[in-house]
Amino acid sequence: MHGYKNVTTPALGGSDMLDISAWFNDLLADNLIFTPTTRGYYWEGLVTTTQLVFLSLVAGLILAVPLAIMRSSKHKWISLPVYLYTYVFRGTPLLIQLYIIYYGVAFIDGIQETFLWPVLREAFYPALIAFTLNTAAYTTEIFRGAIKATSKGEIEAARAYGMSQNLMMRRTILPSAFRRALPAYGNEVIFMLHASAIASVVTLMDLTGAARFVYARFYAPFDAFLFVAAIYLCLTFAILYFFRFLEKKLLDHLRPQNS
Amino acid sequence: MKKLLTVSLLGLAVAAASSAQARDYDNVRIGVDVPYEPMEYRTAEGELTGFDIDLGNALCERIGVTCEWVEQEWDGIIPGLMSRNYDAIMSSMTINDERRQQVLFSDPYITMPSAWFAPSSLGISEANEETLAGKTIGVQRGTLQDNYVTDNFSSVAEISRYSTADDMVLDMEAQRLDIVFLDFPIGQSTLLESEEAEYVVVGERISEPKEYFGDGFGIAFRQRDEALAEQFNEALAELQEDGTYDEIYARYFGEE
Repeated sequence: MHGYKNVTTPALGGSDMLDISAWFNDLLADNLIFTPTTRGYYWEGLVTTTQLVFLSLVAGLILAVPLAIMRSSKHKWISLPVYLYTYVFRGTPLLIQLYIIYYGVAFIDGIQETFLWPVLREAFYPALIAFTLNTAAYTTEIFRGAIKATSKGEIEAARAYGMSQNLMMRRTILPSAFRRALPAYGNEVIFMLHASAIASVVTLMDLTGAARFVYARFYAPFDAFLFVAAIYLCLTFAILYFFRFLEKKLLDHLRPQNS
Repeated sequence: MKKLLTVSLLGLAVAAASSAQARDYDNVRIGVDVPYEPMEYRTAEGELTGFDIDLGNALCERIGVTCEWVEQEWDGIIPGLMSRNYDAIMSSMTINDERRQQVLFSDPYITMPSAWFAPSSLGISEANEETLAGKTIGVQRGTLQDNYVTDNFSSVAEISRYSTADDMVLDMEAQRLDIVFLDFPIGQSTLLESEEAEYVVVGERISEPKEYFGDGFGIAFRQRDEALAEQFNEALAELQEDGTYDEIYARYFGEE
């Protein structure tokens, strides 16, 4: 790696990819903090954070759709249990939920002997479960709001076509509700990314965990945290632009027409 | 609100101006990471106690200042000293060169080896690269044990890092960890005396190489507070002379 140090700097615009990595290695050569080891930790952290947030969002979304439909049901015995669930998970801090699922569950008598233990033993899965249940609760309420806001006209039109309740849900209410929910859901995705920073309290080496390691080892809060803050910023912007793109595609019909 | 902000900014400016000079202390705030039994912990009544606490209070009394204990998690304990949240750290901190670049240490007031602790069911008698292969090792984040384990075993074993020693012991009892590496007396009082399971010390107690394990525990100060460190050193020598130190030592570690 240090072999590059003696290479004379080529003129700018050199086409060789090696120039960039040589430049990069030169930049980091006299650096105590961004060593190959800590860069490895940051990379591991980026992978863990991305996996955790992406998987919990996908699972949360899959859970939220039926829950939102149940939540908007006219029947109390269907909507009430879902309401209780969202009430509890939106009413308590995610950190507490994570502590309960990680530390609490481990102290249920005999849990170590069940088939669940190999899953719950790893820090990743309790964190994934906590994040999924949390984001599913918020997403359920976002969708439910959007379903409720379906305009009367659309429902009446669907009825006039003789659609059954199920068909109407599938063809009319849900597609229009999902479009309306998109901006709010985009925010939830970003919140989830930022909330995932607590994963390091259960020993996961996520981005924040990597930063805390570097911070504790080198006593360098600025280097450690500014660097991950920049990574979080990049991720947030990527999410932001993805949702802006989706909104442009899916909500095109709501924009005023150019005359 | 705006006024408050102005006033506090002004206060900051004044503090920054005066901090350039070392000053005399009437009240010394000491940072400590609790719990770390028997060095620092809370009794059932919630009272702060332990070897560090008793010795620290005795030192302050001898110097003639009042001591105020400030709790701070370990991984932020040195930055907290730098940002003046407290004036000293007395929290089982081992003196080593890496830390010496950041802080000024008093003379060592106790030396303490580290040791591996595991459930007796693990069935290994020595900790090395072969016996630890594939195991999950628990350490407290940012401790010298963390550095030692990270540098020597991160290629063969998985390392779980905890903010507090308590969380680590919990996960040990929950069977998420195969083995932990910590200061010997802390493992002794939290694990060996545990009623949950049977734990044993694996291998010898470790205090070499010095590069990791340093020169014993010291009180840390900001570099510019040389006068304060000197006062603590003198008081420590006096306490060791007149037997107060031995009395406090016996309270937590028995006669030796």
